[in-house]
Order: sequence, then structure tokens, then C-alpha cells
Amino acid sequence: MDANFEAKLARNENIEPKDWMPDIYRKHLIRQVSQHAHSEIIGMLPEGNWITRAPSLRAKMVLIAKVQDEGGHGLYLYTAAESLNISREELLEQLHTGKAKYSSIFNYPTLTWADIGAIGWLVDGAAIMNQVMLQRTSYGPYARAMVRICKEESFHQRQGYEITCKLAAGTKEQKEMAQDALNRFWWPTLMMFGPPDAASSNSENAIKWKIKRESNDQLRQRFVNQTVPQAELIGLTIPDKNLEWNEAKKGYDFSDPDWKEFNNVIHGNGPCNRERLGARVKAHENGRWVREAAIAYAEKRKQKAAAYQ
Amino acid sequence: MTKQEALFNYCLRLADTSLILAQRNAEWCGHGPFLEEDLALTNLSLDLIGQANSIYQYAAQVEGKARNEDDLAYHRSEREFLNTLIAEQSNGDYAKTILRQFFCDTFDFYFYAELVKSKDETLSAIAEKSIKEITYHLRHTSSWVERLGDGTEESHTRMQDALNEIWRFTGEMFEMNEVDTILIKEGIAVDLNSIKSKWESKSKEILDRATIKIPANAFMQRGSREAKHTEHLGFILAEMQSLPRALPDAKW
Ligand SMILES: [Fe+2]
Ligand SMILES: [Fe+2]
Repeated sequence: MDANFEAKLARNENIEPKDWMPDIYRKHLIRQVSQHAHSEIIGMLPEGNWITRAPSLRAKMVLIAKVQDEGGHGLYLYTAAESLNISREELLEQLHTGKAKYSSIFNYPTLTWADIGAIGWLVDGAAIMNQVMLQRTSYGPYARAMVRICKEESFHQRQGYEITCKLAAGTKEQKEMAQDALNRFWWPTLMMFGPPDAASSNSENAIKWKIKRESNDQLRQRFVNQTVPQAELIGLTIPDKNLEWNEAKKGYDFSDPDWKEFNNVIHGNGPCNRERLGARVKAHENGRWVREAAIAYAEKRKQKAAAYQ
Repeated sequence: MTKQEALFNYCLRLADTSLILAQRNAEWCGHGPFLEEDLALTNLSLDLIGQANSIYQYAAQVEGKARNEDDLAYHRSEREFLNTLIAEQSNGDYAKTILRQFFCDTFDFYFYAELVKSKDETLSAIAEKSIKEITYHLRHTSSWVERLGDGTEESHTRMQDALNEIWRFTGEMFEMNEVDTILIKEGIAVDLNSIKSKWESKSKEILDRATIKIPANAFMQRGSREAKHTEHLGFILAEMQSLPRALPDAKW
């Protein structure tokens, strides 16, 4: 059986829910897919924060549609996680008790409208780097969810860049807003790829099992290479004094993000950790009576239908 | 009042109502009782802004003063907004939000079905497009009114409380003034008397199924036709309009 699993991986075939898989592979996937799902849902909050204040009707519609997409991604991913024999209720429980993690980027606040541009441009941009690779991940339901998700994420990235472009080409205040957002989101975005390869405990297995196909550092480098020219094009400055083109490696050299800050945010001390998790727990608690009512109503219908037979 | 002024006013009434209701529903985004319902409400909000956007564009054209849809949404004050009072009421709990939306959906369902017949081609086309969305919204909200009203004891109590709270804002949805008189004569506007009984019987049907009771002898609040609002609207606009008002020269 184990040989079969290894053989499938070797042939680059997908592992499907009914296939045998090692327990440790299943656990790793549950952790990764649910973390991804939670990130989509928590990610609705910082952007949702600006829906009521979006400065034009079009901007408002684009933002609502984006946040709605993210919720949809959460749904696909919860479904993929559920195919690994764990219920949504359990998954949410893990999130709400702090046992499950979500992307630390969403623990940063959205202070100005420019942050909505920066999130689409940088955060969705960084997410795509990871997700393009995950379209070829070894677990079938996860890979298929990622194909759908990737299409929408690249759309989000373009829309975010468009917002940033508009601001960068706008009034003095708008330009300052755009630069300030870049300054604040640049480092947390670089952290999204995870700790350096040398320090990443989960990376090795993930690559062996073909869950991940590129390392944290490789992806981070690719993101920097892609993003720097985009910033330059619209006259914004990447907030890194050490940023420099390196002809030998055909890529940029850049500074390490502050990994101490990263660890702080991961361990609950980011600027908005309490708010984000608090909002999710509150929504879940406030929604309990609604979910109970839906179940009670369905039960009553069933009994009535049975009584007629 | 000229026909043009009446038409401009009429458009604002419709667009403002959709926008303010959308703004309220959007407050739920990310905070809904469960993910599927969160998405449903967000989607509803998106449809409403789409409707508002189309109608504001037409209103701007009718007005002919080089204002655009965003000027109308972001640069008018609370004494100029013509949305219905029910649209601006606070979200409260999920029962109140759903019931508020149900009453508005029921109104829109019959209203836009009539507006399709308008001699004004633009309004007719907008109505045609909206009616599909509204049909879906109404199906969604009416099923939830029923589910929550006839669910658990708690949900029933919450739904009854919601009805007691917002029933008083349903009357003025049907109020007509000079604007309606002028435009009905032109075959443009909907005679609200003609849809009132349909609205009432649909509402009664669903509230009956939800086992909740309309409060007896309720006094009906009014004022939105003269842009006299409840205290909620000022805060909604202060939030919504803050950025374009702070940076009036900026383009977004
Ligand atoms: Fe997403
Ligand atoms: Fe996205």
C-alpha cells in the first residue's frame, strides 16, 4: 500500500480522498489546507473594513466582489479539507481556540484606502506565487481547488495594482498614501513566504510529498523580482536600502525581513491578532441561534412530511 | 416642478434606497452567522450597488449638470438623500436584517415588475435587469423569515421583536407626492397604490408561515419623501462619504 502511494507520487499522479495515504501526510494536509481556508476567511476582515468607505461606487463594487471571492475560496478549501475526514465544525473550533494558524499578514491593520490597493497588489501577488505551485500539489481536491482560486487571485492582483497606480498618479495626498501603504505592507508580505529555508521545519516533508514544489526562499526571490519593476513603473520606492539588482543571479538582492516581528505576530502579538480572531469568534457565537433555528426548522419540516405519509 | 425635475427626484429615490440598503448589508461582510450566508448577503449588497450605480448614472444624465454617479452618491447631504427610512435602519441581529431586506425585496419585486412597463426606456431596461436579481433575493429572504420565525423559541422571539421594531417603517414605502403624480401621467412611474395590496398579501403570507404577528394599530413613521430621515442616515453618510469629502480633488 505504502509502495503504491510512493509510486503514485513518483508518477506525479494525484492522491485522491479514497486512496490510502500515510497518516502524517493526511495530518500535514489538514494543517495546510485548513490554514489556507482560515486565511481566506480572516482575510475578509481587513479588506471588509473598507467596503463601507470605498471612495467610488465602482471601487465599492470591485472590493465587495473581491472579498466575496475570498469567502468563496474559503468554502472550496474547507470542502477540500473535509475530504480528509475532518468536519467544518472541528476546523472552525481549531481556528477559534488558536490551535490552527492563518496567514500572519492579516494581523496587520488596513489604515487607509491605499492599503486596499497594497493588499491586492502585494498580498494577493504573493499568494499567487504559492498558489500557482499548489495547482500541481499531490492531493487532488486541493490541487483542483487551487486551479479555480488562482484565476481569481490574479484578477485581484491586477485590481490591487490598478488602485495603487491610480493613487500613485493622483494628488499629493494620494501619492503619499500609496507610498505609505507600500512601506507598511512590503515587509509583512515578504514574511508571507514563511521563514528562511534553513529554519523552516515543515518545508522538507512538504517537498518530499510533492505538496510543495518550491522552497520559501525561491518563492520569495521570485516575488521580489516580479514586484520591484512594478513599483518603479509607477514611481513608488521599495522601502529597502539594500535592494539591488544582482546580474550574476539574475535577481534582486534584498534585506531580510525582521523575523523577530514575524515570530511575534505568529505568536499572537501582531497589531490585530486579537481583533481578527475576536471578530471571527463573535460572528460564530452570534450566529449560533441562526444555525440552530435552521436545523430546528428543517427537523420540523421533516416530521411534518413524515406525518403526511 | 418640471417633468425633468420629477424624473431626477424619482431616480434618486430609487438609487438612494438601493445604495443605503447595500451599505447596511455590507456591514455584515465577514461577520455573518455562517460562511454561506455571509456570502449570500454580500452578494445581495453587490447587486443593490449595481442597481444604484445604473440609476445614478441615468439620474446624472437627466439632471444634465455635469455631475456623475459618484457626485450624486458622495456629495449630497442627509437632507438631500431620498432613500426610504426602512433602508437606513440599523442591522440589529440577523432577524432584523433579514426582515428589513424581506420587506424591501417584496416591495422591489412588485415595483420593478411594474417599472418594466415604464415608457421611460432606460428605467424599463434597468428594471428588466434588476428583476432577475430581486426574484432571487426575495426567495432567499422569504425562506429565512420563515425559517427563523418557525425555528427555535429564541429565533421566533427574535423575529417577532424585529417585526415589532421595523413594521412602522413599511408604510411610507407606498407614499406618493407631486413627483409620482407628474410621472404617472407620463406613463413613467409606477402607481404605488397598485402594488400595495400585493405587497401586503405577500408579506402576510410569509409572516403567517413564520408564525409571527403584525403589531396591531402600529403608527407608521414617514418623512423620507421630504428627505427627513431618522438619525441613522447622517452616520451612514459620514462614513460612506468620508474619503471623497476629505480629498475633493482626488480621482479614485
Ligand atoms: Fe483568496
Ligand atoms: Fe485574493
